[in-house]
Amino acid sequence: MPRPNDRNDRNDGPSRRPMNAPMPSSRRRRSSKLSAEKIDYIDYKDVKLLQSFLTENGKILPARLSGVSALQQRKIAEAIKRARTIALLPYVQA
Amino acid sequence: MRTYEIVYIVVPNTTDDDLAKLNSQLEKVVADLGGKIVKTDLWGRKKLAYKIGKYEEGVYVVLYIEGSGKEIAEVERRLRVNDAVIRHMTVRTDEDLKRAEKLKSRRKVSVRAAAASGADSEGDVEGEGGDEEFDS
Repeated sequence: MPRPNDRNDRNDGPSRRPMNAPMPSSRRRRSSKLSAEKIDYIDYKDVKLLQSFLTENGKILPARLSGVSALQQRKIAEAIKRARTIALLPYVQA
Repeated sequence: MRTYEIVYIVVPNTTDDDLAKLNSQLEKVVADLGGKIVKTDLWGRKKLAYKIGKYEEGVYVVLYIEGSGKEIAEVERRLRVNDAVIRHMTVRTDEDLKRAEKLKSRRKVSVRAAAASGADSEGDVEGEGGDEEFDS
């Protein structure tokens, strides 16, 4: 999550309103599908799920954009790489 | 006991007979080495996300195998040797599935705890899980 004005407060409580904060929509965290649908095992065969973590070019979406935890991001990355190996996902999208 | 998934892709013009022959051969190999094919998934012909050699599509087969690991080496060797197989991949799944199971049960506990205290403790629980799982 981009937080340019880190000095304001690390642990912003309910009254988080930094002067030059980023767009409100980009401030919310943990809005990911994984938490919502309680997915624990990220299956490399689940192309639809994995595709939601790719950019249009087929790159892996950074966690700061998808809002997943570091652990989830590692698992997603692993699954995407596996899916690429067996040609379920592209390495690059032409 | 370990569980594995082996995915392999054969050329699209393989006959059903040849594919069945390969599968029964693999089944025998696994059985001989003390493993067991729990399930065979035949996805059938699918378009590849990228060209492999000159092929744009392939026939996908997924094997779910239980065993010691010895049978995997032989199955992989056979897949490599077989000219009809254009790609294969083995994934060991027991550890990851176990971790997922653990996370699941832990979340149930944390949901109960959160309901009791009215607090959102999910983030904490997941963070702890991360450190522990990946260092072991």
